[in-house]
Amino acid sequence: MPLTKDQQLETYRRMQRIRQFEEAATRLYETGKIPGACHTSIGQEGAIVGACMALRDNDYITGTHRSHGHPIGKGAKLNALMAELMGKATGICKGRGGSMHLADSSVGILGESAIVGGGIPLATGAALSAQVRGTDQVGLTFFGDGASNQGTFHESINMAAIWKLPVIFFCENNGYAITTSVADSHGQPDIAKRAEGYGIPGVIVDGQDVSAVYKVTAEAVARARAGQGPTLIEAKTYRLVEHQVGLNTQGDPYRSPEEVDHHIKHRDPLTLYKTVLLKAGISEAALSQIEADVAASVTEAIAYAEESPFPAAETVYDYMYSNPINYPPQYSA
Amino acid sequence: MNTVTKEPTTQQTHKKINFMEAIVQAEIEELQRDERVIIMGEDLAVYGGSALFNAADKSRLRSLPISENSFSGLAVGAAMTGLRPIVDLTIASFMYLASDQIINQAGKLHYMTGGQMKVPVVFRCSMWHGSAIAAQHSDRPYPMFMNAPGLKILAPSTPAEMKGLLKSAVRDDDPVVIFEDNALWPVKELVPTDLDFLIPIGKADIKKTGSDVTLVAISGCRLEAMKAAEALEDEGISVEVIDPRTLVPLDKETIINSVAKTGRLVIVDSANRTCNAAAEIAAIVAEEAFESLKKPIQRLSTPDVHIPFSPALETQLYPSKASIMAAVKKIL
Repeated sequence: MPLTKDQQLETYRRMQRIRQFEEAATRLYETGKIPGACHTSIGQEGAIVGACMALRDNDYITGTHRSHGHPIGKGAKLNALMAELMGKATGICKGRGGSMHLADSSVGILGESAIVGGGIPLATGAALSAQVRGTDQVGLTFFGDGASNQGTFHESINMAAIWKLPVIFFCENNGYAITTSVADSHGQPDIAKRAEGYGIPGVIVDGQDVSAVYKVTAEAVARARAGQGPTLIEAKTYRLVEHQVGLNTQGDPYRSPEEVDHHIKHRDPLTLYKTVLLKAGISEAALSQIEADVAASVTEAIAYAEESPFPAAETVYDYMYSNPINYPPQYSA
Repeated sequence: MNTVTKEPTTQQTHKKINFMEAIVQAEIEELQRDERVIIMGEDLAVYGGSALFNAADKSRLRSLPISENSFSGLAVGAAMTGLRPIVDLTIASFMYLASDQIINQAGKLHYMTGGQMKVPVVFRCSMWHGSAIAAQHSDRPYPMFMNAPGLKILAPSTPAEMKGLLKSAVRDDDPVVIFEDNALWPVKELVPTDLDFLIPIGKADIKKTGSDVTLVAISGCRLEAMKAAEALEDEGISVEVIDPRTLVPLDKETIINSVAKTGRLVIVDSANRTCNAAAEIAAIVAEEAFESLKKPIQRLSTPDVHIPFSPALETQLYPSKASIMAAVKKIL
């Protein structure tokens, strides 16, 4: 079923939220307000939001070191995410995760793994859990083209295929694992073709076309909920920015300025979707209002983060372990 | 036989079983108690596991393809979303394949998500040394995992401990890794049949009281340590034997209190010598109870060498009754 008008506006809103949040994060990183490393998904919003719009609130997601887009795409509030980027006590992970690990369980994010491919088994396990518990929840794991060369990709797809687990393997193929191109690291360029080797459907979709991503993901989710097993989706997408804010690569550029420029001018998923919405009869004013609302939310998130305290040093051990079990009295001595 | 006369008084509450039977009994009881418990393992039906198949629906018993890292990750994901998996990794040397998901995900996610996620998963593995199966099947890798914060590390040494600690591990909200010593498999003893028989994680057990020397024996080392302690007793040397049972969190208090009494400490650990559990215990006692020590701490470990195939080479490597007795006498 295609997105309703309200859903289309929500889709645009979420894409804008990712873009504006990350543009702000880039500025804050460059001015030293955000420590550590900062990887943005600018250019990949269509793939992320298209996938997330096909999920329910109680479905499960795992993501990657490029972790801001997934919770925002799934509908997370921005304040605690921005506070986390700044390492504040009010951050979504209480200052224990940071930019690469913006997991927000309130929108179903189990974890954002900075170990490449590390989140793939987790979402597959969440799907196993849903199957055992008899719910119709699904798991969706975002990973990149680089992760498709990890054993976890192959092993997890195989187990999902054996047990027909309700999981969607969603590859954001942006063409480069940092600087290593797909051509230099894959035997053939289409990661989705690997699905056939495991006996599951593999789908290639234009990741810059959010409507198309939504459509194929919704189909995969429906199959999963119906007990028909996993799907591998490969969204061909593109990073419009560098792998990491401030990354300085040596030698010849791994992608040409012309290539990057072409994508910025012609393949920006926000621009493409805006054109679609205007053609569909949605007014320029309505979209401008969304953009302004999002800008206000981002401004509020920055203020919230800046005003929040840093975690107290003595709290460093908090969250190492959960509370111990309650032993029956005769064994608690 | 003396033992026969003892049993009628306990048969209502205890059953004499071996280490392997204790594992299966604990798993069956927990499967039946809590439908969130599932068991995932390679070749589940081997080594007595077939009894599990009558205990739960097939969907809760998963025989796995040989993909240690990812199936461990599946268990972590299932644990975060409402199940309580027990993962049987069979041989401890395979823990290295699984270690990324155990260390980087299971052990870290509660912390890295600021407490949003809980990971109630149990990983079990058996340490098959002394069995002529060479270096890639004979490791005792618990010290490496002790160095990975966020995990609870168990090393039971009796059937009752195995049962009580495994049941506690299943009910614990944190990831627990259990290292089981295959030297213990033939050991039989009376084990409580109470469905809620639990041994607290983080509590050591004094296996034998004594006043001259404290002997800390980890996991299967308890067997040789007890033989040595009894032989020393015959010679008039009073040895206190402590089984830590849990390596993380370690029950420092029981060890330090014992050393305060005896003034002497020998630690027996079948892991390789460098940075092993014995090294950690020795460091703790040196830091926190140095004034109690009358003589230098002695460590008995497997040397830093690969486990060879030939029994002619292998047998000499592990701490034995004789080497333990010699170490004790050295510091008297």
